[in-house]
Amino acid sequence: MSAEQRQRAIEIRGVSRIYGEGEHRVTALSGVNLAIAENEFFTLLGPSGCGKTTLLRLIAGFDFPTDGEILLHGEDIAPLPPFKRHVNTVFQSYALFPHMTVAENISFGLQMLGRPKDEIKTRLDEMLELVHMTAMRNRQVNQISGGQQQRVALARALAPKPQVLLLDEPLSALDYKLRKEMQVELKRVQAETGITFIFVTHDQEEALTMSDRIAVMSNGEVRQVGTAREIYDQPSDRFVADFIGESNFLEGEVTTVSETSARVKLSSGVEIDASLPAGKTPSGKVTVVIRPEHASVGEPGPDHLNGTLEEAAYFGTDTHFHIRLDSGDLFTVREQNVRSVRDQHRKGERIAAHLGPSAAQILKDRS
Amino acid sequence: MSGAQKAARAAESRDIRNRWLLSAPALLIVIVAAVGPLFVMLLYSFMVKGDYGDVKFGQFSLDGWSSVLFQRDIFDDTLGLADAHLAIIWRSIKLSFLTTLFTAILGFPTAYFIATRPAKTREIWVFLVTIPFWTNLLIRTFAMQQVIRNEGLLNNALVWLGIIDSPLQIMYTDTANLLGMTYVYLPLMVLPLYASIEKLDFRLVEAGYDLYANRLQVLRRIVLPLVSPGIVAGSILVFIPSLGAYVIPRVLGGGKNMMLGNLIELQFGAGRNWPLGAAISITLMALVMIALLIYVRNAARSGAGHA
Repeated sequence: MSAEQRQRAIEIRGVSRIYGEGEHRVTALSGVNLAIAENEFFTLLGPSGCGKTTLLRLIAGFDFPTDGEILLHGEDIAPLPPFKRHVNTVFQSYALFPHMTVAENISFGLQMLGRPKDEIKTRLDEMLELVHMTAMRNRQVNQISGGQQQRVALARALAPKPQVLLLDEPLSALDYKLRKEMQVELKRVQAETGITFIFVTHDQEEALTMSDRIAVMSNGEVRQVGTAREIYDQPSDRFVADFIGESNFLEGEVTTVSETSARVKLSSGVEIDASLPAGKTPSGKVTVVIRPEHASVGEPGPDHLNGTLEEAAYFGTDTHFHIRLDSGDLFTVREQNVRSVRDQHRKGERIAAHLGPSAAQILKDRS
Repeated sequence: MSGAQKAARAAESRDIRNRWLLSAPALLIVIVAAVGPLFVMLLYSFMVKGDYGDVKFGQFSLDGWSSVLFQRDIFDDTLGLADAHLAIIWRSIKLSFLTTLFTAILGFPTAYFIATRPAKTREIWVFLVTIPFWTNLLIRTFAMQQVIRNEGLLNNALVWLGIIDSPLQIMYTDTANLLGMTYVYLPLMVLPLYASIEKLDFRLVEAGYDLYANRLQVLRRIVLPLVSPGIVAGSILVFIPSLGAYVIPRVLGGGKNMMLGNLIELQFGAGRNWPLGAAISITLMALVMIALLIYVRNAARSGAGHA
């Protein structure tokens, strides 16, 4: 079942948020449209200042949109205060109540909802179980580790069974190993609870590995929405291609167009095949994106991207070859290391980047 | 013990000696100017009163202490409770408690307002709060008198507006004392409250709202417990000087509405009963200490687990 066919948990319609007035006017979000399906692990990905946290705060109700609607299961919640929205947040800093124990933190939401005592108790036990914190229930929250605080924050936000759970860079304060563990943990919890997760991060790897779908944001706009594979393999514009993974960008001109691909004549005169962007037939000048791992190094030739090897950086599992093309562009090739080809290429050597099939992708004209 | 260890130990003891030397002047002042007079007071309270003030040195008596709470009937010489003293002690405790309560009720929104201003303007607001301190307490108290006296600003305004027909008698009542003390001690509540609200992590407030707490619940369950150190500090700063207030009840309360400070002054002055004055002084100090102990204990319990 595709995301579109499932019931929509959250729908963002034309949402803008503008701070200040006159010359101090800052547009944090402009005309954002998103539909997030029930049960989905949806990620807002972008560099700091792109508006992803603002959008999350608008959904949570800590801030209100200048324009637009936020629908939670079809009902516009944009004017409601946070305590009237069935949405909970896991804060970046956890924001656990320091004067309460682990158990008190987790039961807080249910208490505020006025649930009966025995229901709160059952739910509390369930939540402690879910995040493996049963043994810590009576600890003060400043007596537990960062990773444990993270679990308590998650349990506290999940306890009232929100329709949507918002996570604001929840893993950024953890060290690498713990972060990896919590990524798996979050996926498990999401699968077990079946709650829609909206996850904010600036970490592309985190986004790619965890999300059902990702919205890449920049300057208050959504640049592309899609699965990890769609966004990585078919970036819609230069920003997305640049932000997600590494990319080589080459300028060229379309010569002939077929159904799924086009011949592009690069500035160096070499012609390559490049696949077309979704829903657009390009013509004239275009930008072509090539992922470093979709090319390999080889002998120069008339159909290849010829140049000089500037640097070969060894990264253990693979080597990055930085090639200065004859056109002047710098082109990176990433090759897996195989024992036999070790140290074959020297700095300053004439070399070429050979493109694999469908390595090149034409971007929607944006740059 | 190795040479290095010896040297380290010598350096340590030298360090400690130096610290004592550095703090000696301050310690000396505290001992001479605070502990010394207190000791003198304690001695005086156990002496026979002199005929024209002072005490008969070396003549031991418990009269000073017994007359704090008890008095001899003029006619049959039986021992009864000193109603006047009890009334004054009760008034002092009641008014100090109410002053603390009112300054807290008025001070909290003020401090919250200041703490939530942008960092740039916050300092200006704090500065404004401290302006009353520039003026002498006596002058501020007389200013209050000008506001609340029968022909004063407040009564004139109320009469002019037609809310009342004849001026309200506020001067020389407990209300006057309460108004004066609340006005004078309000900054002492606002400043520590501000300091602790400013340190409050407002993300916790957001977390409270996020977890379905309405404004009142967030205030009661999250903000108040977390700023309780400020409330405790402010209450101590207001309650103690209120209990010993002298100038304010003297000017606004008049002779009928004395507080402990005035009673002490009376005994050392016109009353010529220094042992009683000394005993009341120590009683006042004991009251303050008891109040402090109760308060700090409660605060420690309710504030357990966070600094």
